[in-house]
Amino acid sequence: MARIVAGLTTSHVPAIGAAIDNGRAAEPYWKAVLDGYKPSQKWIADLKPDVVFLVYNDHASAFSLEIIPTFALGCAAEFKPADEGWGPRPVPVVKGYPEMAWHIAQSLILDEFDITIVNQMDVDHGLTVPMNLLFGQPEEWPVRVIPLAVNVVQYPPPTGNRCYNLGKAIRRAVESFDEDLKVVIFGTGGMSHQLQGPRAGFINKEFDARFLDRLVKDPVGLSHMPHVEYLREAGSEGVEMVMWLIMRGALDEDVDEVHRFYHVPASNTAVGHIVLQNKEPVAR
Amino acid sequence: MAQPGTSYDDIPGTTVFDAQRSRQGYWLNQFCMSLMKAENRAAFKADESTYLDQFPMSPEQKQAILDRNWNRMIELGGNIYFTSKLGATDGLSFQQLAAKMTGMTQQEYADMMAHGGRPPEGNRYKWEWENKGTSANG
Repeated sequence: MARIVAGLTTSHVPAIGAAIDNGRAAEPYWKAVLDGYKPSQKWIADLKPDVVFLVYNDHASAFSLEIIPTFALGCAAEFKPADEGWGPRPVPVVKGYPEMAWHIAQSLILDEFDITIVNQMDVDHGLTVPMNLLFGQPEEWPVRVIPLAVNVVQYPPPTGNRCYNLGKAIRRAVESFDEDLKVVIFGTGGMSHQLQGPRAGFINKEFDARFLDRLVKDPVGLSHMPHVEYLREAGSEGVEMVMWLIMRGALDEDVDEVHRFYHVPASNTAVGHIVLQNKEPVAR
Repeated sequence: MAQPGTSYDDIPGTTVFDAQRSRQGYWLNQFCMSLMKAENRAAFKADESTYLDQFPMSPEQKQAILDRNWNRMIELGGNIYFTSKLGATDGLSFQQLAAKMTGMTQQEYADMMAHGGRPPEGNRYKWEWENKGTSANG
C-alpha cells in the first residue's frame, strides 16, 4: 500500500522564485533564505519519495472569481507553470499521477469530503516555489505531484479543524491505494505576513514560533484557532497557514521533528519551514 | 458552528475580502484578471479608459484604477492578489506595491522589513492606531 511517511511545511513567497529564476540566489539577502533549506534538500534526496501530495493555494492564476472551489484536487497527467503576468516561470512541467489522484478524489468524496476534481490547472508560485526549495533546479522534477489547491483568497477559507480532518481523510485515501509508494505531504504558505493596505509588512515572530511548536505538539488544539486570530496576529494573508493543518492531519499524532527554519524577511513575509516524520513504523 | 461575522473589522489598516467585498469588487477583480494575457495588457496600456469601459464597474472603481490608488481599489472591493496583476502590468513588484499602500517609500518599507517587519505591538486593534493618530511603523 501507499504510505505517507513524512510531511513538511514551507512558505511559498513568489519573490524567492523570482530570485532563483533571475540568478540572484547567491546574493546575501536570498542566500540567507535558501541556506535554511539545505538540510531538507539532503533529507528528501535521501528519502526518495515517489509522490508529493502538495497542499497550496492558487493566487488568482488558475481560478478567478468565476469559480472558487474550497478544495480542488489536481487529477491531470501534468500541470504547466502559470503565466502570472510576466510569463510562466522557467521550471519543469509538474507531472501528476491521475490514477492515484482519482483514487484519492473518490475516497475523499465517499469519506464525506466533497472536493472539486480538476483536470486542467496551471500551477503558480504557490506550488512551484516549494518544489524549488526542496528539489533545487533540476531538468525534471524527481517526483510525481498531486496538487490540492485550497481557497484562502476569498474569505472565509476552510476552518483549521476542517483542514486537520481533511488531512486524516487524505491519509486514509493514500493508504487504500494499492501500490507500494512512499508519499510526502507538503503544506505551504505562511508564515505571518500582510500584503495589503496600510498595515502591510506586518510580522509576528512570537506568533510564528508558537504556531510551529503547537503544530508539532498540539495540532488538535491549534486546529481550533479561529480565523480572526490568524488575521489579527499573523496578518491578513497569514490566514493561509490553515493549509499547514492538512499536512499535519495526515501524519501520526506523535512525530519526530527533523528540521526547522525561520527567517525574516523574504520580501513581505516571514519564512517558516518545518520537516516532520512519522516514527519508524513497526513491521506491518 | 462558527458564524460569519465581522469581528475582523477592528483590525487596523486591513480589509478582509469577504462576501460583501467580493460582490462589490467582482468586475474590478475580473478586469485585473484580464491582464494575465499579454494582448489585453497591450490594449489596456494603449487606452486605459476605453479598455475599462468593457467592465461594468462603478465610476469610483474606474477612477481608483486610473489613479493607481491601491488602497482605494481595496476599499472598493479589490483583492490584493488581483490588483497585484495591475501592479505587474505597471512593472511593480509585490514589495513596491505594499510600500505604496503603507505610504512609505520603497526604501523605508524595505528597511522596515529588513529589521523584522511591522511589529504586532500597537498594530492589532483600530483603537491603537486612533490613539496614536497615525500608523505604528517598525
